[in-house]
Amino acid sequence: MDIKRFSHGSRVPGWDEPVDLDKDPAGVPDPATTPVPDDLRAEIEDYMSRYPDRRSAALPALRAAQRHHGWCSPEAVEQVACVMRLTPGYLDAVATFYDMLEQEPKPPHDVYVCTNISCSLRGARDVLAALQEAADDSFNVRTFECLGACDIAPMASVNGVYVGPLETADAQTLVDDVKAGRPVLEAKQLARRPVADEEARSSQPSPSAEARE
Amino acid sequence: VKLLFKGIDEPGLNTLDVYRRHGGYESLRRAMAMEPDAIVADIDASGLRGRGGAGFQMGKKAAFIPRGAMDKYLVCNADESEPGAFKDRELMQKNPHQLIEGIAIAARATGCNRAFIYIRGEYDYVADILDAAVEEAKQAGLLDHVVLWVHRGAGAYICGEETALLDSLEGKRGNPRLKPPFPANQGLYQGPTLINNVETLSTVPHIIRMTGAEYAKLGVENSSGTKVVSVSGDVQRPGNYEIELGIPSRELVYGLAGGPPEGRKVKLWFPGGSSSPVLTAEHLDLPYDFDSMAKAGSMLGSGSIIVVDDSNRVLDVALWTARFYTHESCGKCTPCREGTNWTTKMLERIERGEATPMDLEVMAGVQEQIIGNCLCVLGDSMAMPIGSMIKHFREEFESHMEQRRLEPVATLSDTQGPLPTGVHS
Repeated sequence: MDIKRFSHGSRVPGWDEPVDLDKDPAGVPDPATTPVPDDLRAEIEDYMSRYPDRRSAALPALRAAQRHHGWCSPEAVEQVACVMRLTPGYLDAVATFYDMLEQEPKPPHDVYVCTNISCSLRGARDVLAALQEAADDSFNVRTFECLGACDIAPMASVNGVYVGPLETADAQTLVDDVKAGRPVLEAKQLARRPVADEEARSSQPSPSAEARE
Repeated sequence: VKLLFKGIDEPGLNTLDVYRRHGGYESLRRAMAMEPDAIVADIDASGLRGRGGAGFQMGKKAAFIPRGAMDKYLVCNADESEPGAFKDRELMQKNPHQLIEGIAIAARATGCNRAFIYIRGEYDYVADILDAAVEEAKQAGLLDHVVLWVHRGAGAYICGEETALLDSLEGKRGNPRLKPPFPANQGLYQGPTLINNVETLSTVPHIIRMTGAEYAKLGVENSSGTKVVSVSGDVQRPGNYEIELGIPSRELVYGLAGGPPEGRKVKLWFPGGSSSPVLTAEHLDLPYDFDSMAKAGSMLGSGSIIVVDDSNRVLDVALWTARFYTHESCGKCTPCREGTNWTTKMLERIERGEATPMDLEVMAGVQEQIIGNCLCVLGDSMAMPIGSMIKHFREEFESHMEQRRLEPVATLSDTQGPLPTGVHS
């Protein structure tokens, strides 16, 4: 959307698009007119049963709806609202706060590249550029901070799988692996990485033996 | 001494069988036979300070939880999003039962009947491991006294702040709350709530096993026990290291993590994640514990060391830091929302070569206006490192300005470049 700005950069006050201020806010959706897929309904109801207050299930429910619809579309939010007996407005307010809940349609494959201090020190900006170069329309390549894997910096989260340390040369392999449905950069997956602390690596977990001494 | 990391790479340690074979859930069995007050007293005697950042004594926190029959909540803060910190990830991924045992003991000690692990959304694969482990523990009847669920966030740094985390867990936007009332009195669903970090709770089984008095003998005065330290940035062996608190910082940076690459020197380092004021190479000889770091004008925080070597410009580090906090500010308090935003803009102006030395004064002044003026410490988390960078490296900022002033035409930042549209940072 084109945002009107003054020459010094501030936004020109006013509405970006016409808004009907007399309209009533949307109420809780009517189950009779809002079809919800059975598996999604079951999943949301399972989440709601875990908390003393059903609203606590908002985040897991929205994430489930996103998995189902690809993004937090108005339809997805409406379905969650219908099952949780909340207004779509309430859920929209929640969804817009969190980075992982997408407000726009997005390509299916998520590639989050961490560009925070530790990763940037080790060349994350180059990796990001290489990934953007290598990726096609089916990839949602974006920066994401901080992914909490500074030990494998620079790193990326590919559909939730942490890989690193990445080099620019890995970008093409990464894209090819995802497209072929193979495990992504298997040798560089975080799950396979041993602990850095060498003493911990060699010691045996035996608290009971120690207690007996 | 290895406690939390003992044999952490043992294959299958994330399953109940292997964990039990190595003496797991023995502490819980012992704790169930103890009086709740005795458990709290034991934790208090250990002097265990919170490992999430604030360093508040866990025993004191647990003692604040009111007694009596009512709904009480225990929340494990696994929303580890501090840049530089990745210790909780490794602890949960490789030894989830250690955390679950800690939660079960803490719930027994404080009488909490409902517990949640709030894990950040990005750690989905870790959450899957936790889910499986919780299910196993439930099946084995180890969690009969507390209802435990893993709750996944959806990507917001601010939800690591305890009151914002509670709001998020209640299904709202993650905005921090005014304190007091503190969560121990009015937390989740307005009930008494104990919130502790993953590493703190994971330490609890070890305290019960070896008794608080024995645990207190580890480490140094006021900083007892062991700590998992995440070392990252310009070091040769980045990763998690479990150390006894109080060892020299040099031993950590150079001895364990291998120091900066060949031929490089340490220029600055963050001792406690990106929110701690930076220290320089001369501070490397200080012991690594809560009090020494505080005395040097910084803090131990979550125990995450980021090393920056002399091939980097301070300005870049400042920009990365400021941009992160600008993006993550929740916008509730004005000093933080505007202060982080303007700091980024002013740093970008320095980068473009349009700044004057007076801007440094203004920027330092902005940082002072943020500290202590907001509901939570997110603003302070940017203000403290940026303020300390200006303090320690004023000359470098000034020489950069002078250099850019002499250049004929100032262009848009060339090293960083504007971020592509459609991405956030």
